[in-house]
Amino acid sequence: MTAITSSALGADGGTVLRSSRGLALRGMRSIRRLPSAFVPALAMPVIQTIAFSGTFFAITKIPGFPTDRSVNWYLPLACCMGSGFAGVGLGFSTVRDIESGFFDRLRMAPSPRSSLVVGPLFTAWFRVVIVITTTVLVGFLWGARLTDGPIGLVTLYIAGFGIATISTGWGLGLAYVFGDMRAAALMQLTLFTFLFLTNAQAPLSVMTGWLHSVARINPFTNILRLARQGWLGEVTWENTWGGLVAIVVMSALTLTFAYRRLAKLSN
Amino acid sequence: MTTVVLTPAPSMRTRAVWLSQTIAMSKRSALAIVRQPALVVPSLIFPLFFAALGTSSFGQAVNLPNFPKVDNFLDFSIAGTIIQGVLFGSVLGGAALATDIEQGFFDRLLATPTSRISILVGRLMGAAMFGAFQAMIFILILLPFGISIKAGFLGAVVIVICGGLTGIAIGGFTAAMALKTGSSEAVQGSFPLLFIALFFSSAFFPRETMTGAYRVIANLNPISYLVEGIRGLVVDGFTAGNAAKAILVPIGIGVFSIALALRTLYSRLAAR
Repeated sequence: MTAITSSALGADGGTVLRSSRGLALRGMRSIRRLPSAFVPALAMPVIQTIAFSGTFFAITKIPGFPTDRSVNWYLPLACCMGSGFAGVGLGFSTVRDIESGFFDRLRMAPSPRSSLVVGPLFTAWFRVVIVITTTVLVGFLWGARLTDGPIGLVTLYIAGFGIATISTGWGLGLAYVFGDMRAAALMQLTLFTFLFLTNAQAPLSVMTGWLHSVARINPFTNILRLARQGWLGEVTWENTWGGLVAIVVMSALTLTFAYRRLAKLSN
Repeated sequence: MTTVVLTPAPSMRTRAVWLSQTIAMSKRSALAIVRQPALVVPSLIFPLFFAALGTSSFGQAVNLPNFPKVDNFLDFSIAGTIIQGVLFGSVLGGAALATDIEQGFFDRLLATPTSRISILVGRLMGAAMFGAFQAMIFILILLPFGISIKAGFLGAVVIVICGGLTGIAIGGFTAAMALKTGSSEAVQGSFPLLFIALFFSSAFFPRETMTGAYRVIANLNPISYLVEGIRGLVVDGFTAGNAAKAILVPIGIGVFSIALALRTLYSRLAAR
């Protein structure tokens, strides 16, 4: 047992990647095995794009709104939300594994602990590709147009991968803390809260009151700016760097949270 | 003679037993909600948060052409806030039923002489109590922030009743999903879809400002009428039409969703 533990803790990068790949493949297969758990996460951003751009169509008529296409405003938001849910979805799966006892078997396996975090992260990124690609294709059919060419897609995918990384760390951490489905509601609510306390629904220039102050300092505003810039005008470094910094810092924080809670769970 | 006297007695006793079982299941369902503040509190805070968010984001929208005449955006949005909260609470009820199935408690209930229907009705009664409670809390919390219910106290009572009925109506759908999948994860995953259904209605923006297919969908979406019943009581005042809409629409949806849940329950029982 000691030998196994030592081997696990001292595993090299190759072992981490191999184990993570195995867990990621398992996560990808679960999309097929339990589609009812992933389909809503895929359908949500698509429907959100369509629903928001129609429901709030009239707000593009407010003076100062940066586009006359409501779908251009809401599509990147929906992609970011979908990416976030792709991440917390892995938190749901981990809770299920904990409840069924499978997670205990994973922890006892002679594989590095970090792969229990990195594996789901790979799965989340895979889900992000499906979610954003589907949403963008539907968005194009719905009238969305890139305003600065394909570079706008690159910044959108970067923002999506970033939010998925942040939410995966957060979802896994909460799953390790609670160990049951109570964590699911918290994962969803906190993600919604952080994403909506931004310029998610209306530009800063149109907002009034307290939300304007909060959105200005919320790091997710920078990530949304990164995601949206190719749909509202030109892609510039000024609209990019803030989002990148926010992704790096918040990913580091949430992944550290997940890893520490995992270590505590093991102890 | 003896037979004539005895025949109704077992029927009444059966009904009394069924009622006591349903009350016990309802009590358990309500207690399960109360005992999990980590789940209940977000379902109260989240809709209030969105009301505050909408008021800040769309405050200028009340000046747009075709926007209904309202004092402020908060008056307009409280109906959407209530329905949103009840939707979220109904997901919790459905997830709790799925957890019972996952953990084997549902099977243990079936092994007892408990009425099968009372298991479902009890769960829906819990959702109703929570829905009414949510509607009352939202009104009380938002009153100091400037909402005014033009229909007065009677209107507020109708809104609370509507909250309870909506809890049953939407709880029927989430219970059906729980019985179909037996997975609390799948039921929790349905929350975003319910949320989107809310956005395809007039919950957050008036139908008058929508165009094309969106307006058609919002016109067809029963949630629009659910919300507008409450909104009418808040914005226009107490009229028979507004009160009827607030009460009859959730009853109509409830008939459909309970039938669906019962059908799913019988399918699950038949598959055993």
